[in-house]
Amino acid sequence: MSTLEIKDLHVTVETEQGTKEILRGVTLTINSGETHAIMGPNGSGKSTLAYSVAGHPKYTITSGTVTLDGEDVLAMSVDERARAGLFLAMQYPVEVPGVTVSNFLRTAKTAIDGEAPKLRTWVKDLKQSMNDLKMDPTVSERGVNEGFSGGEKKRHEILQMELLKPKIAILDETDSGLDVDALRIVSEGVNRAKESTGAGVLLITHYTRILRYIKPDFVHVFVDGRIAEEGGPELADRLEAEGYDRFQPVATPEATTPANA
Amino acid sequence: MSLLAQKNPAPEAHTDSVAAFVPDQSRAERTTSYAVSDFPVPSGREEEWRFTPVDRIRALFAETPGSALRREESVPDGVTVSTVSTAEWQGSGAPKPADRAAVVAADQAESVTVIDVPAETELTEPVRLLLTGEGALAHGHTLVRVGNFAKATIVLRHEGDAQYSELLSVVVGDGADVTVVTVQEWADTALHLGQHDVVVGRDAKARHIAVTLGGGIVRLNTNASYAGPGGSFEALGVYFADSGQHQEHRLFVDHEAPHCRSNVEYKGALQGDSAHTVWVGDVLIRASAEGTDTYELNRNLILTDGARADSVPNLEIETGEIAGAGHASATGRFDDQQLFYLQARGIDEDTARRLVVRGFFASIVGRIGVPEVEEHLMAAIDRELEGTE
Repeated sequence: MSTLEIKDLHVTVETEQGTKEILRGVTLTINSGETHAIMGPNGSGKSTLAYSVAGHPKYTITSGTVTLDGEDVLAMSVDERARAGLFLAMQYPVEVPGVTVSNFLRTAKTAIDGEAPKLRTWVKDLKQSMNDLKMDPTVSERGVNEGFSGGEKKRHEILQMELLKPKIAILDETDSGLDVDALRIVSEGVNRAKESTGAGVLLITHYTRILRYIKPDFVHVFVDGRIAEEGGPELADRLEAEGYDRFQPVATPEATTPANA
Repeated sequence: MSLLAQKNPAPEAHTDSVAAFVPDQSRAERTTSYAVSDFPVPSGREEEWRFTPVDRIRALFAETPGSALRREESVPDGVTVSTVSTAEWQGSGAPKPADRAAVVAADQAESVTVIDVPAETELTEPVRLLLTGEGALAHGHTLVRVGNFAKATIVLRHEGDAQYSELLSVVVGDGADVTVVTVQEWADTALHLGQHDVVVGRDAKARHIAVTLGGGIVRLNTNASYAGPGGSFEALGVYFADSGQHQEHRLFVDHEAPHCRSNVEYKGALQGDSAHTVWVGDVLIRASAEGTDTYELNRNLILTDGARADSVPNLEIETGEIAGAGHASATGRFDDQQLFYLQARGIDEDTARRLVVRGFFASIVGRIGVPEVEEHLMAAIDRELEGTE
């Protein structure tokens, strides 16, 4: 049983117009086995929350705390956070040319577990997971995300979640850019990983579509760097019907926050 | 005073403007000669010397006798290593020296070393030469003759400390298949100026692979020409410059025969203050070289502040009847997004950095085709990276 606890988190980012506060006091607790959906309009700070917890150097934490089972996450380097059990599936996975997927995955698995995986079971697990995600086996010999289609990149992210078995996984708009088939395959992968490891999942999304495949226990509506409303799955249904309009006062100029920051 | 100073910028001030130099009308116009007197001592203002710290390599322009590098060799059966006269070298089809350092090397070297691979000999093991500098001025003059339809790999490794200037000519017979690998793993104080000429026979395949990791100043001019139609030349290069190192690779592919191919691919990494690399890729397609297919690429990865990479591709085309001609050059900083991505998967920063740089070089290293060189090179790159922090 693990708990990721985010308390009153404030985050700024440097822009050409100066320092800008993006998260303005976020409090959220995710336990093993729970699925939390964070929904909100573009620019509300959803991705910033994901990247801040993962430790991206672009974001500055000005106040608040993040702990994983009581350990101070903010004091850890990016790789220490991952080894502590946090995982971030990125919206735009990065290409690392010349580093093969198989080499990358084995290196990551070794780093997370603190020892190299047993070759025989590793090869079998990798093959099985790739097969489950309907990934072409030749992908493992290609460069990481190099020339991958949007769908291949997202499958590759979920493949990593399945193999690295994090305690808490943050999925940043994993549904964006996927067609219905790919969305279903990726969602099934998330459900499988969650079932086998009991991970807590923080699912960040703009649309309710993915929530038909991955059932959230809690839904948080993110507006202007804060959680504006919380509830159960029924809140997602209401958002689907009504959109985000009621959370956005006419006076809030949307252009003040960068898209998906 | 300040006004005057502005009118007379310091000679080291960086400028790329055409006005500062009188460029050649064509790459073909550069002097080549057997006579030292045909090459004035460079001042550093010449187009071909403008990136090079000429003041530090004066010893290699002087007509001063030096020694030879210590040589250890491993020569497969069928291959002979001997010496030939200057006259025989001049009649071998090897091109003439093309700069001051090369002509001095040819003039001052004690003898012309010749490596002969007889016609139709197919070597299964490389010819290996380990050349070690012993801290002195040294000149080298080597001729490699590969007979028709022979197949050979020649690996030259340079170590130790020296002020070394060399002229290496590789004459490839018709239908032969030759790979020449030159590895520079000098001590940090070494100076190495080289002219490597590859003459590709009819329907022959020649590859020149340069791996430069060590040395204070290394400047290699690799020139390819074709003795007949249908030849193929590939030049691959990998370099890694640390603080204080100057590594310069200049390539010139002269397409005169029709239906020949060339491909040049060099990748370099730089780290540390004042690390400097230069890559100049000249390709000339003469009017007679119909059906030519050529491409050249240079990529540089700058790992830290204070390093500088110059990259100059030049393509000169005198006929439109070609199959293809192109070039690409890109110099970029280490990508922090790649680092973040790998670290977010639990991989520590040093390992992540090493993965990215190894990945950067992988596309070339994997094509060297000489396993001992590939493995050695990857290990050497890892060692270079360990020196980063």
